[in-house]
Amino acid sequence: MNKGISFTQAFYTLLKRDLQIAIRHKGDIFNPLLFFILVVTLFPLGIGPEPQVLSRVAPGIIWVAALLASMLSLERLFKADFVDGSLEQMLLSPQPLSLMVLAKVLAHWILTGVPLILVAPLLAVLLHLEDNSYGALMATLALGTPVLSLLGAIGVALTVGLRKGGVLLSLLILPLYIPVLIFATSAIDAAGLNLPYSGHLAIIGAMLVGSLILAPFAIGASLRVSTN
Amino acid sequence: MWKWLHSYADPQRAYNLSGTLLPWFATLAIAFIGVGSVWGLLFAPVDYQQGDSYRIIFIHVPAASMSMSAYMAMATSAFIGLVWQIKSADWAAAAIAPIGAVVTFIALITGAAWGKPMWGTWWVWDARLTSELVLLFLYLGVISLYASFEDKVLAARAAGILAIVGVINIPIIKYSVEWWNSLHQPATIKITEKSSMAPEMLYPLLINIFGFGLMIGAITLVRFRAEILARNGMRPWVRELAKAEGVK
Repeated sequence: MNKGISFTQAFYTLLKRDLQIAIRHKGDIFNPLLFFILVVTLFPLGIGPEPQVLSRVAPGIIWVAALLASMLSLERLFKADFVDGSLEQMLLSPQPLSLMVLAKVLAHWILTGVPLILVAPLLAVLLHLEDNSYGALMATLALGTPVLSLLGAIGVALTVGLRKGGVLLSLLILPLYIPVLIFATSAIDAAGLNLPYSGHLAIIGAMLVGSLILAPFAIGASLRVSTN
Repeated sequence: MWKWLHSYADPQRAYNLSGTLLPWFATLAIAFIGVGSVWGLLFAPVDYQQGDSYRIIFIHVPAASMSMSAYMAMATSAFIGLVWQIKSADWAAAAIAPIGAVVTFIALITGAAWGKPMWGTWWVWDARLTSELVLLFLYLGVISLYASFEDKVLAARAAGILAIVGVINIPIIKYSVEWWNSLHQPATIKITEKSSMAPEMLYPLLINIFGFGLMIGAITLVRFRAEILARNGMRPWVRELAKAEGVK
């Protein structure tokens, strides 16, 4: 039987579609980024501008802001598709759901994770991060933000059908984000002290591989529950 | 091989079976916790380092170990409910969640009360304490996700997926004291080798751990029965039951 387009074609079509939609609604890309920058700006005002204090807390501030920004942007991952019914068409299509979901999460990461990684060194300068921590900051963000998108998508998929999903979403996914936060910030701290941090990176990499394999199934199952 | 088990998926049989089991669980739980607590709090020897304040161990350790076991029980029944579409398993998971949350809270509070005289602080951001706190958040997430769906069939499935995803935290809590340098002491009870604890202290502790398990079982049965009745309110057997109880 003819199944229509191949898996690769389906993946790229969906990826391209999501990227195009986002480029036409530029606010979707820039608002989480602005939020990220604003949250980071609030901390020096709140705890005082001493460079020693700021450089000590910089890894934590940048990562917590990244968690919050990623959570904020996640809300619209499935919402529009759920409202206009295209999500149900994806569920009905012959291509495996986990593949489609992976394409959507990848698009989300390209639109929110990558800009965040690009702007992070700038904020690190503002926060007087130790000079030898920059490599660790970039590496942990590059490995860690896809994990945030994958884990967060599970929570979004569970709450997409609910009217008041916003606050619930943070309760569901922030506990799952904690391990990433712990290992990322301790890697940056270790790098600041000129200690090896490849072990931390390896663990974040393992989280990425694990969630890359398992999360699409959980997201798919959650979407089937939510759309019913 | 498992065919005989299938008939218990029927709500009425599950309700009756849990009704028969409930008095056993309740009586044994009271007996075990009574014996274990009296033995532990009054008769067990005083610790040579910690004095009498170590005695909170007889509440803290059972609560902490049962908080993980309850989570595993919840996730297992959620898994059974998702895979084999057995609704009674979903109800059981929903019944366990609040109990597990309370037990986790007890473990955290007693740990804080023990930490104050021993470590000089109520709380440290240590691997085991933090991961136990995350466990509490996971329980609360499951409970509030279950509560926020109108349709309870969907609610059970959604909460079940979240419970299964959260299982990843259980080995992290269990092995946190071995993987990281932690202020929390490593496990003193070992199944395969000799425990690093005097038997006069160990036996009341083990009795209390069993007692806590039985207590959670008993409360789960009560909540499970209530959950069955709430989800089957329109069934004839529930109506007859209500009539027999004198409800108009």
